[in-house]
Amino acid sequence: MFSTPFFAAINVDPWILAFSLVTVAVTIWMGFRSARTSKTAGDFFVAGRSVSVGWNASAISGEYLSAASFMGVAAMVMSSGYDALWYPVCYACGYLFLLLFIAGPLRRFGAYTIPDFAEGRYDSALFRKIAVCFVLFIGFFYTMPQMKGAGTTLAYIFPGLPYWAGVVLVGAVITLNVALGGMKGITLVQAFQYWAKMFAISVPVFVLMSVYGGYGKHLGANSIDRNAPTNTVNFVQPDYARPSQPGLPTEITSLIQQYRRQMAPRPKPPDPDMVVAAGQIAMVDFPSAGFLRWVGDCFGRNVLLYPQTPLPVTFTFNPGRNLTLREVRNEITNLLWQADVALIPHETEMLIAAPRSRVAEFQAILSSYEPTDLLRKALPEKAPKDAAWISPFGPLTTKAAARAGITGEEQRPYSLLYTYSLIIALVCGTAGLPHILVRFYTNPNGVAAKRTTMWVMILIGVFYVFPPVFGVIGRNLMPELYTQTGAKGTDSIVLQLPRLLNERVPHLGSIMSGITCAGAFAAFMSTFSGLLVSMTGALAHDIYGRILRPSSTPEQRMRAFKISAVIIGVIAILLGTQVEQLQINFMVGQAFAIAAASYFPLLFMSVWWRGMTMKGAATGMLTGGLLALGCITLTSFSDLALAPNSPALFKLFDLNQFWAAHPLVRILCEQPAIWAVPLAITLMIVVSKLTRAEVPSDVRMKMLVLHAPETLGLKQEYIQEHGMGH
Amino acid sequence: MTPDTSDLDIHSEAFLHRLMRRQLRLSIACAATFLVALLGLPLLNYFAPELMAKRVAGFTLTWLLLGVLFFPLVWVIAFYFIRRSIAMEEGESARVQAGSRSGTKQS
Repeated sequence: MFSTPFFAAINVDPWILAFSLVTVAVTIWMGFRSARTSKTAGDFFVAGRSVSVGWNASAISGEYLSAASFMGVAAMVMSSGYDALWYPVCYACGYLFLLLFIAGPLRRFGAYTIPDFAEGRYDSALFRKIAVCFVLFIGFFYTMPQMKGAGTTLAYIFPGLPYWAGVVLVGAVITLNVALGGMKGITLVQAFQYWAKMFAISVPVFVLMSVYGGYGKHLGANSIDRNAPTNTVNFVQPDYARPSQPGLPTEITSLIQQYRRQMAPRPKPPDPDMVVAAGQIAMVDFPSAGFLRWVGDCFGRNVLLYPQTPLPVTFTFNPGRNLTLREVRNEITNLLWQADVALIPHETEMLIAAPRSRVAEFQAILSSYEPTDLLRKALPEKAPKDAAWISPFGPLTTKAAARAGITGEEQRPYSLLYTYSLIIALVCGTAGLPHILVRFYTNPNGVAAKRTTMWVMILIGVFYVFPPVFGVIGRNLMPELYTQTGAKGTDSIVLQLPRLLNERVPHLGSIMSGITCAGAFAAFMSTFSGLLVSMTGALAHDIYGRILRPSSTPEQRMRAFKISAVIIGVIAILLGTQVEQLQINFMVGQAFAIAAASYFPLLFMSVWWRGMTMKGAATGMLTGGLLALGCITLTSFSDLALAPNSPALFKLFDLNQFWAAHPLVRILCEQPAIWAVPLAITLMIVVSKLTRAEVPSDVRMKMLVLHAPETLGLKQEYIQEHGMGH
Repeated sequence: MTPDTSDLDIHSEAFLHRLMRRQLRLSIACAATFLVALLGLPLLNYFAPELMAKRVAGFTLTWLLLGVLFFPLVWVIAFYFIRRSIAMEEGESARVQAGSRSGTKQS
């Protein structure tokens, strides 16, 4: 079944297709199955409270690991090196911040979402409406990279399918699914998704490392020496079409590489005097791959042939009696010699067949190769140099300064600023993601909630060790991705890299690549559906149900939910088709920066400072959040305008010349957290002080509910007094 | 016997003040440990690049710290925080309940 001409004709790897289809089918099926059993949002939250710590922790982690974690981190480590490591580390560490300052109080308060909290904390329906806008802002920023992940994965599974078609297809399927009521953020589905993703990222890494060498070994191949020419340890790939240029033809260098990658630690070469049965040596068929292996066994060495050498294609070799290996070797060498081919010994286990007239030339080139070549392929021009890649303050953080013509040591202060702003955005942003907080309530009690968080941090942390490994090995073994852009570029490394294994074991690479594709589907499907549910909820419940039509009937609201889902889905798809040139991980980082500048100050200050007023909170959140949003949009438009045939809208906002003249402004706009977070907090304090009279009158009770142990039962007391509840 | 009972009434200012103060102190202590590591690493990279570029089993030191060892550090901090905060909550509610049983002040 797996080699039918049909698949070959459309160039689809059937293994990869099968794994992906199964994941999609299982996800949708599980979504619908669980959606039948819990109909209302209340069911979802309250029923969830009986969920055990292990399931709940898996579900939270499953919800958290998006396409950025699964595909984007590896891609960014490959393209930018060390600096990209801040992303996975801060994605995991942001959770600690959430745990330390926000999770406990919010759980006690019993607000399921940030808008719920905003309303409950300040007794203001207006503030809820303001807060809900950011669910949409952050949500759309977060859906774009998921869409890019979908487009990239489909373009990989179906070569030739344009990027936008993949985005539309996946977006439409998920949107329909959410609109029809499947895909509620059910604990079981999300927990399954976590383990699917964990399996899909770790198993291929272990297989790849066992075949091609470990994490450290591959990192070790990158030189730290800033003066070392990057490719000293690589094969030169000369252009053999021009005879004046010395070197081997590309075909042979790539063959050598392929061969060397296949060269797993072999058993000792067989004894040359060992007798080989006559029947074992039948026919030598030039220059098929089978011959290479076979001769290798007879020689106790592998032979690599240059396939374009004019050779007598087939000759029979059947002496009719038992020979020793030595005799076989001599016999074959003679036959080759007659065919004008010389065998050159190279390294301990390898012979290279070369045209007889060019033996000296081949030998000279071969002797210049180092044993470390084993690990790497030549890096293309576009790839960052070794030292910049492996060291801190590399291409990611120096880009703005480099574009401004600043070089060398003078780039470093810019780089440090960028790094800090990125860290602040990621660590603070985690606390402000609309879809994360919800799950803190699906625990039976506060102690279980804390234990759950502990497990979440472990599950997420373990996961995040793996994606960078793909980036590191990818740099050495698949550097050709550096020359591609968009969906074919580094963002597809997690999907493509495991396929190399096909060279070693038939189908293994396809199966491993199928597994990572399945993981990618799990990642972007779960995150996109989760976001779609929260955003649709915001649009249907808050904007339609409370602002536009407060008097609507439940049926009308149900219909509004479906229509909202389609509207949000269509917008997300349209946005998704525009961002092929932006990196998945980068876009998610931007969503974090907006969350850090808006929701994080709101939550942090509301929980710990009694003097906050609604006006203060709103001013800080809106100013910080909108400024961050604006700056980020501007830089993204400028980046998109650099691509050929970009739409006129992006050209309109093409500020690249301005950025080149003002690198500092560029960094502060691209990573606004370092000024936007303090600005939002300062505004909150100042405006709250000015409107001191408007501090909610029962603020002490609210603070008690936020902070006092749940066993004291203050929440019940509070609900009785206020009639507040959900 | 109990010199300071003014904060046993859970609706009193003193109770809330004490509670938030204790919680915040624990949170800030944990956050500070974490931030020293998180914000210190870029500084080390900046001021001691040679040290951070030392090779450890193929990794550069800084890569090993950030890409692998940072996660266990966070686990340790989280574990400590969770244990302490659960103990603190239990202590707090036991104290209040004991206080209300002995009839110091009723809420």
